Amino acid sequence: MHPAYSVIFFTVASGAGLGLLAFMGLGALRVGAMPMPFMLTTFGLAFALTVGGLLSSTFHLGHPERAWRAMTQWRSSWLSREGVCAVVTLIVGALFAALWTFMDLASAILGIVTTILALVTVWATGMIYAQIKAVDLWHRWLTPVCYLLFSIAGGMILFLFLHAVFTSKTEPVWELSSVAMIALLVAWVVKIFWWMGGDKAPTSTPESATGLGHLGKVRLLERPHTGSNYLLKEFGFTIARKHAKKLRLIAVALGAILPILLILLAIPAPFDAFWLGLAVLSHLAGMLVERWLFFAEARHAVMTYY
Amino acid sequence: MTQLPETTNRKLGLVIDLDTCVGCHACVISCKEWNTGGYGAPLADTDAYGDAPSGTFLNRVHTFEVKPENKPAMITHFPKSCLHCEDAPCVTVCPTGASFKRSEDGIVLVHEDHCIGCGLCAWACPYGAREMDAVEKVMKKCTLCVDRIYNENIPEEDRVPSCVRTCPAKARHFGDLGDPDSDVSRLVADRGGFDLMPEQGTKPVNKYLPPRPKQQSLDEPINLASLAEPQATGFLGWLDGALERLG
Repeated sequence: MHPAYSVIFFTVASGAGLGLLAFMGLGALRVGAMPMPFMLTTFGLAFALTVGGLLSSTFHLGHPERAWRAMTQWRSSWLSREGVCAVVTLIVGALFAALWTFMDLASAILGIVTTILALVTVWATGMIYAQIKAVDLWHRWLTPVCYLLFSIAGGMILFLFLHAVFTSKTEPVWELSSVAMIALLVAWVVKIFWWMGGDKAPTSTPESATGLGHLGKVRLLERPHTGSNYLLKEFGFTIARKHAKKLRLIAVALGAILPILLILLAIPAPFDAFWLGLAVLSHLAGMLVERWLFFAEARHAVMTYY
Repeated sequence: MTQLPETTNRKLGLVIDLDTCVGCHACVISCKEWNTGGYGAPLADTDAYGDAPSGTFLNRVHTFEVKPENKPAMITHFPKSCLHCEDAPCVTVCPTGASFKRSEDGIVLVHEDHCIGCGLCAWACPYGAREMDAVEKVMKKCTLCVDRIYNENIPEEDRVPSCVRTCPAKARHFGDLGDPDSDVSRLVADRGGFDLMPEQGTKPVNKYLPPRPKQQSLDEPINLASLAEPQATGFLGWLDGALERLG
């Protein structure tokens, strides 16, 4: 599948933004007053990433001016559900954030609803891909699980970084750091299982695609067209697939191993915000590689005709 | 509405005979010709006379080689267009309701004024039946020539899809596959018509007829060139032999 940069950026950015928002929603249960700049920056970043991601996703549309219509078919379409969930999450989340930030009113109910809505939105993003039966690699229940876990891990690591920037540390932040490291570890271990489970024989073959398998082995003799076409551009992406194994290692190193080491470094040491900032950047880079591979490695059933 | 209808009154579709298709691509061209001026936006070509021509087509003909074990390979021309599936995955994924399946005749269509060009329906289709138009930025697909088959302004014999009307080998048949007594349903029953990619669970309405078994299986290839050698008979045959003997 062709990896569209707008979609890669959208899923990474809005995933992290919604994860951060989900974490803040839970925060209302435990944390009382927080410094105003911290609240403003954290909520601001969460909304900026989510909205920025959503806007970026409209860049790959043929007719962005009609994007509002995508809210209408939530009864059957996961893309529509994602759109509806995202808008509801932003509205409820904005109300929750405004009450907490400006009126010092940390509503536990609004917080939990925000958390659930944010996570449901991320789940819907994953389901957009998981519902596509024509792409074996995606059509698995683990696909939305990966999206969800990456969103949670991304949100936690961002929260940890912002926490370090805006609060003066007097003792090591063991609790938050451990939770963030566990979230990272779980997300990437599940992702590795996802990769392992995806390396299997394709559901559809040239024999089943043409229905001529009972006669013998089928292979394409002549393409229907001498030039390229939409299908080949969209589904025939094979560039750099040969480097997939190396890129998987790079994704794990940047997305999981390096951030965990940096978080460990940040627990006792001074300059913790610096180390955690690096951890955020490294994780982001790892996620971009992971998301690029998510598309580049996926094979579409239509390619059995080519 | 992107929910699929429970049932459709009729199941209009095509039956494509892989035995008689000669791979002339006339159906591809007539489809493009009719549909670029018919229902919805025209079918664009980009860089049509340049180095990298590309264009939108609703029907394409692939050519496959089938190699049975211990027998010579055979060539099968393979036209492919939208199969108007009963469980059309392209319809349910559409977020805007632009993609829909008609309950009266089962035709899958795109309401182009509602299409946002997200491309998700093309991802959902395992057959590659949908192509995004590079100029209009909306999804294009076979309409089963909905603007021909009910069109009372054209002669009755033309009220079939353009590809069916034009096929010189009569390899394409159009009709109601929901009616077991229709010509197309009987053809499917007689010839063992089959679905493409049944494992995808799309329940295609269009059916394909397999190539008929070869009349004879050839163990050794014949030297066809020798058949082209002229064989002189009668007086010329005697003359030929006599001249040969002269050395």
